[in-house]
Amino acid sequence: MNNKLILGGHVFQSRLLTGTGKFSDKNLIEPMLDSSNSQIITMALRRIDFKNPKENILNYIPKNVRLLPNTSGARTAEEAIKIARIAREAGCGDFIKIEIINDMKYLMPDNQETIKATKVLADEGFVVLPYMMPDLIAAKKLEDAGAAAVMPLGAPIGSNRGLETRALIEMLNDNKRVPIIVDAGIGKPSHAAEAMEMGCDAVLVNTAIATAYDPVKMGRAFSLAVEAGREAHLAKMAEEKKYASASSPLTGFLFRGEEK
Amino acid sequence: MSFYDLMKGWEDFDFEAYFSRVSHEDIIRTLQKDKLEELDLLNLLSPQAQYFLEEIAKKSYAVTRQHFGNIISLYIPLYVSNYCTNHCIYCGFNKENKIVRKHLSLEEVEKELIAISETGMSHIILLTGEAEGLIDINYLKGIVEKATKYFPSVSIEVLPLETDDYQVLKQSGLDGLTVYQEVYDEDIYDQVHISGGKKNYRFRLDTPERGGKAGLRNINIAPLFGLGEIKKEAFFAGLHLKYLTDKYLNTEFGVSLPRINSAEGGFKAFHKMDDTAFIQVMMAYRLFQPKAGITVSTRESHEFRNNIMPLGVTKFSAGSKTGVGGYAEKDLSTCQFEISDKSSIEETEKAIRERGFQPVYKDWHTI
Repeated sequence: MNNKLILGGHVFQSRLLTGTGKFSDKNLIEPMLDSSNSQIITMALRRIDFKNPKENILNYIPKNVRLLPNTSGARTAEEAIKIARIAREAGCGDFIKIEIINDMKYLMPDNQETIKATKVLADEGFVVLPYMMPDLIAAKKLEDAGAAAVMPLGAPIGSNRGLETRALIEMLNDNKRVPIIVDAGIGKPSHAAEAMEMGCDAVLVNTAIATAYDPVKMGRAFSLAVEAGREAHLAKMAEEKKYASASSPLTGFLFRGEEK
Repeated sequence: MSFYDLMKGWEDFDFEAYFSRVSHEDIIRTLQKDKLEELDLLNLLSPQAQYFLEEIAKKSYAVTRQHFGNIISLYIPLYVSNYCTNHCIYCGFNKENKIVRKHLSLEEVEKELIAISETGMSHIILLTGEAEGLIDINYLKGIVEKATKYFPSVSIEVLPLETDDYQVLKQSGLDGLTVYQEVYDEDIYDQVHISGGKKNYRFRLDTPERGGKAGLRNINIAPLFGLGEIKKEAFFAGLHLKYLTDKYLNTEFGVSLPRINSAEGGFKAFHKMDDTAFIQVMMAYRLFQPKAGITVSTRESHEFRNNIMPLGVTKFSAGSKTGVGGYAEKDLSTCQFEISDKSSIEETEKAIRERGFQPVYKDWHTI
């Protein structure tokens, strides 16, 4: 059993992805990365202020952490593709998280546009991690389009409501050819542990860490939860049973007579 | 159904009677809900709700942090012209006022844009008076195109346009539209808009809708508090916000809270909005529409803006000048309104950081 997360040929020890949004102070990001052991951090390209070094988020991220620029703000595949190219040209590397949202009310991702953008960007050599509405057919299409992972939402972005889409994510998990990374809605470490126990390959947590009273401590809490969940998943692999094994056998009555 | 029809549905509603019936229990019930309805908004705007301001503030704080994080976005206005063919009795630019008028040429606009971009600000809003004949779509297209050369995100606050015109401007890189209804009460609207194109209530009311149809990314609405009865105006602006948010999913709608200060011409507000009412309305919007951006400009004082930071606001203007131009060239024209918060961008940033928030200069890049 391989216990490493592999994305586009890159190997990661940590299964916790973090984000740069919503922090009260950019200086919290580095100690949060330390405490959480997170090796991948996502940032909205739209927020990167290249002309202003003090504001440029990239200057607050240690060099050994993998940048995962995202296309937040994109409403169409075309916009997401442009943003990804700008990110690469700006030196953010080949990883790109596609986020295409054209519903400002619930902030649900547009799977169709996401599939389109994934195809184009994967062909251009990006390591594409698409944020999506958990739908099995869409996940298969994303895999076919060249996605390096599939990132279903657990609950609406920023909602902290946990794995509301659990049953749908389970289908994705049971049929995956690439890692499943639960992306939105994880509000507390127990949610993260639950996702990992289910067999998801990683989780991305931003709001719950960034808006915690102590983001650094919360980073560590999530790291522990992800590890615990992963361990639990691996530990029960051997004897996980699909059906209950009743302590009093259901068919025991058939043999009762024989005991006499 | 247009928003006008929706408003008509409330025509016979007795607001005063409703407000007088709102009980403490009603407000507690509203505060326990996640999804607020129209009557919940009224509960939060009711006089009784003033006894619950601290409770409302706690929830407003939490909801804002959840959706926006610990940030305050910043933008800067550039007035490009203060000529106006409207006669609106509350506005310093109105055509009857003998003020110093100025209209920037495209070259002058560019100079101002360069000067502003050097301050580090990334989001700009371009404003003009409503001068028929002088401000047309070609001029607007010209200034938007200039602005997109220097700014990642460009908005306008100009005369109401047709959907086609917004589409043209969007093609030129326009991101956002701000259009204030000024007053939702149709009778008062008629009374304060003496003459000019702005007299057309319906055309103005449907403006954000036309912007939504054109697919603009951000649209900001507001009443100008002080003209109509505060609670009713706040209510209809809240309904307008919800109506637009529900109807145009592809556009982010936000609300501002401008309240009348002493404009040139000495107009006195019909209904004074004090600080308590301001905060009450702002927090009611936050709970009613948790994802809506809330903008507070330099009409408000530095101290007041510092105090309201945790309460629901998500956007500040900073380093603003409300005369025409004034960033590159010294400006002698008359201001639209008196700025209260005269802090520099650096001072605004410092104040934001000191209160545990992060200033966000750049939040989008037109692509």
